Amino acid sequence: MNGLTIVFKKEVRENLRDRRALFNSLLLGPLLFPVLFIGLMWFLESAEQERAEKTLELPVVGAQFAPNLIRFLEQHGVVIQPEPENPEDMVRNQEVPVAIRISPEFAENWEQGIPALIEVISDISRQESNVPIRRVKRLLLGYGQQIGSLRLQLRGVAPQLASPIMLRDVDLSTPKSRAILAIIFLPYVLMITAFTGATHLAMDTTAGEKERKSLEPLLINPVPRWQIMSGKMITTTVFAMASLALTLVSFRIVLPLMPVGAFGMDLTLDLATLLKILVVVSPVAVLAAALLTLLASFAKSYREAQSYTGLVILIPMVPSLIFMANPVKAESWMMNVPLFSQNMLIGEIIRDQAVPLAWYTMSIASTLVIGLALALIAASVYNSPKLIFSSG
Amino acid sequence: MIVVKNLKKSFGEIKAVNGISFEARDGEITGLLGPNGAGKTTTLRMLYSLLPPDEGEIRIDGMDPVNDAMEIKRTLGVVPDSRGLYTRLTARENIAYFGELHGMKRPAIAGRIEELTRTLNMQDFIDRRTEGFSQGQRVKVAIARAMVHEPQTVLLDEPSNGLDVMSTRALREYILGLKAQGRSIVLSTHIMQEVAALCDRIVIIANGQVAADGSANELLARTGCDSLEDAFVQLIGSEEGLLA
Repeated sequence: MNGLTIVFKKEVRENLRDRRALFNSLLLGPLLFPVLFIGLMWFLESAEQERAEKTLELPVVGAQFAPNLIRFLEQHGVVIQPEPENPEDMVRNQEVPVAIRISPEFAENWEQGIPALIEVISDISRQESNVPIRRVKRLLLGYGQQIGSLRLQLRGVAPQLASPIMLRDVDLSTPKSRAILAIIFLPYVLMITAFTGATHLAMDTTAGEKERKSLEPLLINPVPRWQIMSGKMITTTVFAMASLALTLVSFRIVLPLMPVGAFGMDLTLDLATLLKILVVVSPVAVLAAALLTLLASFAKSYREAQSYTGLVILIPMVPSLIFMANPVKAESWMMNVPLFSQNMLIGEIIRDQAVPLAWYTMSIASTLVIGLALALIAASVYNSPKLIFSSG
Repeated sequence: MIVVKNLKKSFGEIKAVNGISFEARDGEITGLLGPNGAGKTTTLRMLYSLLPPDEGEIRIDGMDPVNDAMEIKRTLGVVPDSRGLYTRLTARENIAYFGELHGMKRPAIAGRIEELTRTLNMQDFIDRRTEGFSQGQRVKVAIARAMVHEPQTVLLDEPSNGLDVMSTRALREYILGLKAQGRSIVLSTHIMQEVAALCDRIVIIANGQVAADGSANELLARTGCDSLEDAFVQLIGSEEGLLA
């Protein structure tokens, strides 16, 4: 058995006994993220629904100018509130999300066939008002269309003449492909998990070992230093991969519980999909382990290492956020960019699209090349005496 | 057998070791005695090939720590200045880890740990995790893991640092036992009593150089002093850093 395997086995055994390692690698990602995201979805969905179903209370200024309209609103479940003195203030003070003002010339314009003015008073920067505003506008437009059709019919004109074109959606999305709309965050979560799963071990096996003053005795053993470092990095990688695998399993369990609204979506991740995703993201675990180990090797203590690695967690966020904010079509050159390519590929896998095998190869190879280059640098870091003794 | 000739090591401007030469024979205990910061730890670190020397020559049983690092490490047992243990492993697992890194087979390690547990009196805590061990228990485990592969040459950096009287006595007995087995032992210390009680040869180091070298009696004769302590003060020219 060579030094690398011995170091690896010892690190695994030691870290399996470390509550902090278990929490960070095997619990935080796999449990927290899925629960957080699904919980958030539930919350948003139910809040939205509540607003949509809640009785709409609408202060109306000038209700007396349009009694038919008021009756129409009341028939549609709107509770008309007595005329407020200053509807703008009511909206500004958030007493009501929306109010309407019917112009005094309403009846006069109405009779002359001139569009009659109704002001919808609201503050669109208040997102919680969006649903009531939409409901009020939809009702008002509906009333307008109804009256418009009636006017045409009275003049002996077919109302269809006012609708010269007809639109029909031919939607080629499938229940599987629509799933990406709901789980666009999955690549993002997985990228972060690869890093959070590696962080604690990368720091504990290097900066932590230095801080606990066990590094010097360890290096006196007749084992090349690169083997010691590699053993540590492989442990970190394995924990990060375990973290990823558990996160995927956990999503497999909770995704079907996700509220998907009106869209029909197929949110089940079958075993083949899970394995494909795992193969695609695993190189990220290698990259994360090497990068974090390298950084932590320069630190004198766990605490110092934390200040470096805290910033690293931003790295996986960047491509995911860019991709979420500005979705682009997957092109083959993108497969050479680590983190970005995984984002793309996971998306395609979830949508159940056929992806060229070369894309997988390119993504895995480019990520591994950078990861292994970093690992090589990390493996040679302890050849510098300065870094061994920097604990003082 | 260790032969050191004109060893030098600088860290930037500071000349930590500035021309140290000495010999440590098999079956003898050689003490590197000197005030704090004299260069003892740096010298030892060059012996166990953690630091490359700037100048000079080291031969341990004919091997050179720079070129034969792996070979030398196999024959060395080192208790360095830092004695961190893995607190989530038991004492036994800590020792076994180092045995494995030395390429020992499992049965050999198990047998050796039994032996060390008896000699170092570790029966009470050998299977406990080292979290919360006393200083004395920690030093015992550190010694056991350094000795697991039965090294011919033993290097100890301030071995009795932080130990109580009983632990110190036990430690000295153990070191004397190693000497009786014919091993070559080098220990660094700034504690006078330790040198008097243990060492066959004393190498007094001050400011990175050897101030004097010889047996206790030779040093007394040379300085005309009655006690080692007076001899030491006279040889290094100051009382600074000395602990009686």
